Amino acid sequence: MKPYQSLSQIRSDLNARKTCAVELTQLYLDRIQKYNDQLNCFISVHPEQAFAAARNADQCIRQGISKPLLGIPIAHKDLFCTKGLPTTCGSKMLQNFVSPYDSTVVSNIRNAGAITLGKTNMDEFAMGSSNETSYFGVVANPWDTSRSPGGSSGGSASAVAAGLVPLATGSDTGGSIRQPCGFCGTTGLKPTYGRVSRFGMIAFASSLDQGGPIANSAADCATLLQAMEGYDPRDSTSANVAATNCGDLNRKLKIGLPTHLFKDLDGEIAQNLDTAKAELTYCGHEFVEIELPHSDVASATYYVISGAEASANLSRYDGVRYGHRAESPVDLNDLYRRSRSEGFGAEVKRRILTGTFALSVGYFDAYYLKAQKVRRLIRQDFLDAFESVDLIFTPVTPTTAFELGSLTDNPVEMYQQDLYTIPASLAGLPALSLPCGFKDGLPVNFQLIGRHFDEATILSAAQQYQGRTSWHESHPTIFESSDS
Amino acid sequence: MATWEPVIGIEVHVQLDTNSKIFSSTPVAFGREPNESANLVDLAMPGSLPVLNEAAVHKAIKFGLAIDAEIAAVCRFDRKNYFYPDLPKGYQISQLEEPIVGKGRLEVLLDSGETLDVGITRAHLEEDAGKSVHDRFQASSGIDLNRAGTPLLEIVTEPDLRSPSQAAACFRQLHALVTCLEICDGNLQEGSMRCDANISVRPAGQEAFGERTEIKNLNSFRFVESALEYEIDRQIHSLENGQQVARETRLYDSQRHETRPMRGKELSDDYRYFPDPDLLPVRISEELVAKIRATLPELPKQKLDRFLSDYQIPMEAAVRLVQDNHAGRYFESAVGDGAAPTLVCNWMLGDIAAMLNKLNTDFAHIEFASNELVTLLARIEDRTISSKIAKNVFSKAYGTGRTVDEIINSEGLVQITDSDKLEEIIKGVLEANPSQVAQFKAGKPQVAGYLVGQTMRETKGKADPKQVNQILQELLSL
Repeated sequence: MKPYQSLSQIRSDLNARKTCAVELTQLYLDRIQKYNDQLNCFISVHPEQAFAAARNADQCIRQGISKPLLGIPIAHKDLFCTKGLPTTCGSKMLQNFVSPYDSTVVSNIRNAGAITLGKTNMDEFAMGSSNETSYFGVVANPWDTSRSPGGSSGGSASAVAAGLVPLATGSDTGGSIRQPCGFCGTTGLKPTYGRVSRFGMIAFASSLDQGGPIANSAADCATLLQAMEGYDPRDSTSANVAATNCGDLNRKLKIGLPTHLFKDLDGEIAQNLDTAKAELTYCGHEFVEIELPHSDVASATYYVISGAEASANLSRYDGVRYGHRAESPVDLNDLYRRSRSEGFGAEVKRRILTGTFALSVGYFDAYYLKAQKVRRLIRQDFLDAFESVDLIFTPVTPTTAFELGSLTDNPVEMYQQDLYTIPASLAGLPALSLPCGFKDGLPVNFQLIGRHFDEATILSAAQQYQGRTSWHESHPTIFESSDS
Repeated sequence: MATWEPVIGIEVHVQLDTNSKIFSSTPVAFGREPNESANLVDLAMPGSLPVLNEAAVHKAIKFGLAIDAEIAAVCRFDRKNYFYPDLPKGYQISQLEEPIVGKGRLEVLLDSGETLDVGITRAHLEEDAGKSVHDRFQASSGIDLNRAGTPLLEIVTEPDLRSPSQAAACFRQLHALVTCLEICDGNLQEGSMRCDANISVRPAGQEAFGERTEIKNLNSFRFVESALEYEIDRQIHSLENGQQVARETRLYDSQRHETRPMRGKELSDDYRYFPDPDLLPVRISEELVAKIRATLPELPKQKLDRFLSDYQIPMEAAVRLVQDNHAGRYFESAVGDGAAPTLVCNWMLGDIAAMLNKLNTDFAHIEFASNELVTLLARIEDRTISSKIAKNVFSKAYGTGRTVDEIINSEGLVQITDSDKLEEIIKGVLEANPSQVAQFKAGKPQVAGYLVGQTMRETKGKADPKQVNQILQELLSL
């Protein structure tokens, strides 16, 4: 059976009673069962709960109840706490952790009527750009299973691209939604910091983490975002702002182009981006050259701040209350040392160590404090640019999806994956990653960054673009088979 | 040999009396089953986040205003990183760089009635840790997180104290202040206030401070004093023997009356403080400060002045009544019901204090209502009972729920004030003691005391000794 291309198709079939929530659930669970062995997108799948929710949704539909995601299957990145279901964060540390509560995102989406099919694979504690740091094995890119789907929301992006689920949640700290969407040719949004509650989303770097939607189009991302977002008194950094209200774009935008960021870009990727720019120009928007002077130090800044925050955020995994605990510890220090040594993978340890170092006496000023100062400069660069433009257009990744294993021994090059996504993260700005072509059969995406809490302009412009292009409707053919 | 001068500063952790914890909605409760008062946030479940309790902020501001301190327009929370089983997140949320309360000053009332000005360096908000339970399970320890997240105000003084008794007085003054402000229940036994003391000694006249040690977790005024006394002797002894004082944290063992270096486990050289990204900076408006200022009660020093001028009681008594908020309230309630201030005060600091002491309790938990004291004093005043019988009535009334009048009536304790009846008894005493009567008449007036005593015995104490003496003198001079 073929997966649906869009939420509007699913909705119109549901409304016309051509299908029902149970049937949709069956369709996607069948696809998961058929393809997950190859792709490894899911850490856990929960048919029983899914069918129960689907039957409930069908009853609502029969009663004429209307909810934005009623009857729509979804998958959650495995760092969103889901009550009664395993929530592993891609780590051995939480391999057997069953969350006693729902994250705000999960409960908001459930209240919107969606049906949770399972939890998607991810880099351990969201640290990684290739999905190779997951304790539960690598995820394959559906366009070429020898390649990485990107990370850390690689399971979600790969699942949406392969049509195993029409919608998925992801989280983005330095690019963890946008980069995997780029590698898998799907559409994904990192919302403004504060728009989506972090309550119940397992923390990597608290000042950067933000949950967001991954879907087949900007329109579907908007729908999912509207279900996810909202002020949450349980998250002190949650913003009390108006809901995202996307509509038809009835104005011409000025789009900033930081040309200095395109200098070293791969020629074919640059060509794809040029085509997208041409399309946007054709829509009447105007490109303006801008400068983001501190972009070159963004990655270094990001790795200091995110590591520092992570080093403290991950201290709670100590083997005392939950999570992995070492066998027969001889004393307290042995319990800590072995539980953490055994429970965390190499990349997580690397981040904890660098973060601890950056906060240590004698290094704090040179690393952490300096990084905070640079972060303010980067944010100011964007605020200055947005004085004269409505959106900023950049690449998402320096390359297309790389071969699995090709960068695992080179963390610095791996960290360069986030070159284009990190600046918006540090500035707390919303940014969308959306497809604009292929290079050698692998997707190429571009990024639109908007003003704080102005997701509406980004999503409206992206919907206009996707109304004129079909890159977002391309799916990897090997998963298009309809033999069941 | 040089004379040594101690230099002391104290840090007092005050548990703020809020309904819920400082960063979670769990009720603050003492004495519940382990971990009954711990939710997702207190257990540091993955994904849980702290939300600041506004009441804790208000109470900290109230304290700051009471010591004339600067209240920060913006304050911030930091993470203090260290591993310990009773610290569920692996860091404590505290305030390092931008505390809520800045510099202030505390007027410490000494028993003499003199005041000592002690600088307050700062006071900041933080969360309490849980408790490790070592005696409940075989071969393993338990963790009880009921206390984890209880709001604490950590008050730090300048090194302005020069003796153990000054340090104890300062701790007592802070106790009086926070209970008067009703921001803490002041229960030392339950750990509502804990004191750490920093202590160094220097040769008298020397400007520079000596190397200091810190004595942690002193939970009574007496322990503050005795721990410091021990530690001062220890430091002086070391220095006079040519040794150095090592900068370290020590614990006081009250049973053996000594301080010992704390084991390294709860200590870290580097807490790697940094701003907690889960909490936004707290902005405190001038309007809020003004609103809280309007709720400030009469402060201990103001109360002392009023007690002295309105009630004409001795300084030492006034200080004691002011330092214990519950005692002060008891006093004012009795006086308000018409009892004589001096008598109330004498009873409170005499028999009542002795009883509370014996039962190891205090005026907060007294089981003898102030109106019963008023009745008791009235019965002495109207000569229904003697002062001596009154003591007896008090001890029978305390904690039993019986009223003073009921005890006097049912136990036949009414004083014999009828002079005819007394005369009859005294005559009998004189007849039974002819030799003492003879001695008196031979010019030994002190024998009268013996005869009064005998009479009091006859009446089982139910006579007024003054009246007895008067009648006796009359009879003997016949």
